[in-house]
Amino acid sequence: MSPLTHKLLRDLWRMKGQAIAIGLVIAMGVMLQVMMSGLVTTLESTRDAYYDRYRLTDVFAPVARAPSHMMPPLSEINGVARVQSRVVGAALVDIPDRAAPVQARAVSLPENGTAALNATFLSAGRMPDPARPDEILLVEGFAKAHGLAPGDTLLATLNGTRRALQVVGLAQSPEFLYIAAPGEMVPDDSRFGVIWMGRDAMAALFDMGGAFNEALFALTRAADKQVVLAEIDRILDPWGGRGAYGIEDQYSNQFVTEEINGLRSTANTVPPLFLAVAAFLLYIVIGRMVQSEREEIGLLKAFGYSNAEVGAHYLKLVLVIAAGGAILGCLLGIAGGRAMVQLYLQYFKFPFLLFRLDPASFAIGVTASILAASGGGLLVLRRVFALTPADAMHPPAPADYSRSGRIGQSIARLLDQPSRMVLRRITRQPLRMGGAMIGIACGMALSGSMLSTFIAFEDTLDTTFTVVDRSDLTISFAGPIERGALHEIATRDGVWQAEPVRFVPAILRNGRHTHRGSIQGQPTDARLSRAIDSDKQAIPMREDGLILSTTLAAKLDIRAGDRITVEVRDGRRPTLELPVAAIADSFFGTPAFIELDALNRALKEPGRVTGAYLRIDPGKRDEITEWLKGLPMVAGVTIKAEAESAFRKVMNEGAGSSRYVMGVLAFVITYGIVYNAARIAHAERARDLASLRVLGFSKGETAFVLLGELAVITLVALPIGTLLGHGLSQLIMAAYSTDIYTITLGFEPSAYGNAALVVLSAALISGLLVKRDLDRADLISALKTRE
Amino acid sequence: MTDAAFSTSGLTKTYGTGDAAVHALRGVDLEIPESEVVVLLGPSGSGKSTLLNILGGLDRASTGQAHYKGREITAMTDRQLTRYRRAHVGFVFQFYNLMPSLTARENVELVTEIATDPMAAEEALHLVGLTERIDHFPAQLSGGEQQRVAIARAVAKQPQVLFCDEPTGALDSATGRAVLKVLTDVNAKLGTTVLIVTHAAATADLAHRVLHFADGRIRDTITNTTRKSAAEIHW
Repeated sequence: MSPLTHKLLRDLWRMKGQAIAIGLVIAMGVMLQVMMSGLVTTLESTRDAYYDRYRLTDVFAPVARAPSHMMPPLSEINGVARVQSRVVGAALVDIPDRAAPVQARAVSLPENGTAALNATFLSAGRMPDPARPDEILLVEGFAKAHGLAPGDTLLATLNGTRRALQVVGLAQSPEFLYIAAPGEMVPDDSRFGVIWMGRDAMAALFDMGGAFNEALFALTRAADKQVVLAEIDRILDPWGGRGAYGIEDQYSNQFVTEEINGLRSTANTVPPLFLAVAAFLLYIVIGRMVQSEREEIGLLKAFGYSNAEVGAHYLKLVLVIAAGGAILGCLLGIAGGRAMVQLYLQYFKFPFLLFRLDPASFAIGVTASILAASGGGLLVLRRVFALTPADAMHPPAPADYSRSGRIGQSIARLLDQPSRMVLRRITRQPLRMGGAMIGIACGMALSGSMLSTFIAFEDTLDTTFTVVDRSDLTISFAGPIERGALHEIATRDGVWQAEPVRFVPAILRNGRHTHRGSIQGQPTDARLSRAIDSDKQAIPMREDGLILSTTLAAKLDIRAGDRITVEVRDGRRPTLELPVAAIADSFFGTPAFIELDALNRALKEPGRVTGAYLRIDPGKRDEITEWLKGLPMVAGVTIKAEAESAFRKVMNEGAGSSRYVMGVLAFVITYGIVYNAARIAHAERARDLASLRVLGFSKGETAFVLLGELAVITLVALPIGTLLGHGLSQLIMAAYSTDIYTITLGFEPSAYGNAALVVLSAALISGLLVKRDLDRADLISALKTRE
Repeated sequence: MTDAAFSTSGLTKTYGTGDAAVHALRGVDLEIPESEVVVLLGPSGSGKSTLLNILGGLDRASTGQAHYKGREITAMTDRQLTRYRRAHVGFVFQFYNLMPSLTARENVELVTEIATDPMAAEEALHLVGLTERIDHFPAQLSGGEQQRVAIARAVAKQPQVLFCDEPTGALDSATGRAVLKVLTDVNAKLGTTVLIVTHAAATADLAHRVLHFADGRIRDTITNTTRKSAAEIHW
């Protein structure tokens, strides 16, 4: 082993504390980069493979009831490669231990057994026998949630007919990658199921003999989707076509895509920020580390080592630390990614999901660390190389304070000498001190913005479930019913309040912007489900226009006062031109509100409702849901408490959970930055501090000179960190928000208060560690070594 | 005993243990009267700096005792040593050890602020002939000037003892003579006991007393009957 290699190893050992701190900061930055972009790659590639292998359809065309002889004209549309019809319908499943009926979707299997489109993945049991109408496949997540397995019997009501169904197999499908009950945003395996059964059985139950109510299309590569959709609509219109839509508007795919997009924008925003902070720190630390080796560099050169050899030696030192940190970060990133993938599997029903490393993220993380580290080292090396070996070995002349030292002379008068030393050191090296300060401010910003994020998530949930939705139960009816029928429910014992609502499927258009969703009609003074403004005050429903949620308004690029086209896809399917009356804050989905009677007038269906919000006596909840289950008109009942807990689960265990990882990383980085700042300041001043001790200054007085500097820098960093953090948190929130949920964020003083505590505690601990070394310092050797 | 500034008996200092042990002092017995200029001579590793550091309260002896005016330095706690350095002792080092962020005046004030009966910083700097450069920072001063600031800083608190470890080691001979003159002047004017550790044998000529060190022991002690002035010394 060459002497330089020995030196390298010994140097690393000597500075192990600092090297570990630097390596960890790098590791945290790289870990986040690798984990987040790996997750995006994994989810995307798995989704694509799954869609491809199980032939997810390109276009869905729901229709009221179309005769089978309409299939040939559909297959002849230019651009259609393949078409398949099926029968779908709603079902209510009776789960013995649950008061509320569980909603499910029933889907027909093709008669010949293999689906040309939307194939099912059989995970247990076998396919149903077409000859036995009661045999079904059950979606795996639902079966597991209720402990059902092939061989079990399931009681279900389909189109008013109660049937005992035999579960013969468990299945998954790319069409139901993300399964949530209608009207709910987040999946809950236990509360919504999918049933697949034979085509004939389905046709019999839903009165679809010789007919279908949904057509699936695969398009050719060259197809113009908009033209195909228009053509399908034209053909199916006489049969009650509900509007064909592409896979991009399909419920499950939309959620998955939104989730991946949200994740990608988070992965593109947050990890680079972490990495940038880590790289900046590395640059500063390495520069100062090499600076302190000045005399050794002079010595090596005096022995005849070339600049290149000496440069390579120090570069190796830097690279060992940077690459060590980057590799550790990569390993942690893979481990973190694997753990996160498991969380995603809970609500994305992939039959397989393996964490895949995104090689680019690893390369970016490693390159950024190494560049920053080498940059910091090389800059200083170049300065040292400019000196002759003799100059480099000579103790450097005392740092010149003559210019900056005059600054604030009047202030200096008020201070004692140790305080002047603190002040002058800061004013003499504004760049270096600024660097250390920005470093600490960045740490504070990361911690503060992550803490803000936690508060914002909590706030959003709180607003959604206590201010916007104040109901206890939501009922949906099988179709539009007379509002009078609600009377029976409203007057039932234990029901305190019942508020009607009508959901109408609709396509909203503003120029080339389109949104496929629904509009909801509510009474003017709706109290249980409300549109609210940014001050969380209710916005009354309007007869003369729509109230759009902020997310929807942004998607359609529309403002209050503009006009919007609403193509209603129900009833006599009118196309309405309405003004946008107001924009409502919304955190959840993309609602569009209108006054209920105005909606019914426009549809020429007065007094119709499709559901109701109820406020009930909590003690009678089970009794009421049990009763509702027996009402023929009720298609589904959602208990808000369950919806809320499902939502919280997703926020805390699913997509939202990465914020906790980031929070931990932010703390580690903050500690790393502050500790390094203290360590470096100590290294640079060891001799001055020893001199002070010799002059008769006590340990405490000496520590003041060192830690006073750290204290000033830290205190100045706090307000700057707060400002940076607030900006950063807005970016993070925007990244976390999707079409499905919007996280909004105001300025959260408590988050920054706590972040300040994190920084101060980091400063305190670092200060104590450094002071311990200071107290133990060997006075004599510190005095003998020159600078 | 009362007129001795320092006395030691059986003082040893060992660094390390076992085979790696280095015996810096192997039993030193001495007495240094007050108000003398004492020069400690000897080759590197002979123990002279170690003795200076122990007497100055910077290092601890392994065995034996050292007294300053009847008080046992070797028995002092860390806190007592700090107080001892603060109240009684001034130090001058080969590399000056000035605070680069403070001017000459402020470097002196650094000490006078914590001393009980200091002289004015201006007076101390006048004593070393630096009145003109009082508001300069160390970076603006030559090596000799920096060392004179260090001496001014050491004497400003009017210490009873001044410890100087190779005070001229980093200086050319003319500047070195100027620095030595300041040290002897301080001794003459203020009655300060001055201990100088040096390699430069010629320095011995200006001392009252010369201690020759070899292998951790005092080989011999010479008392000069006639002393030379700093100006007469050459090396």
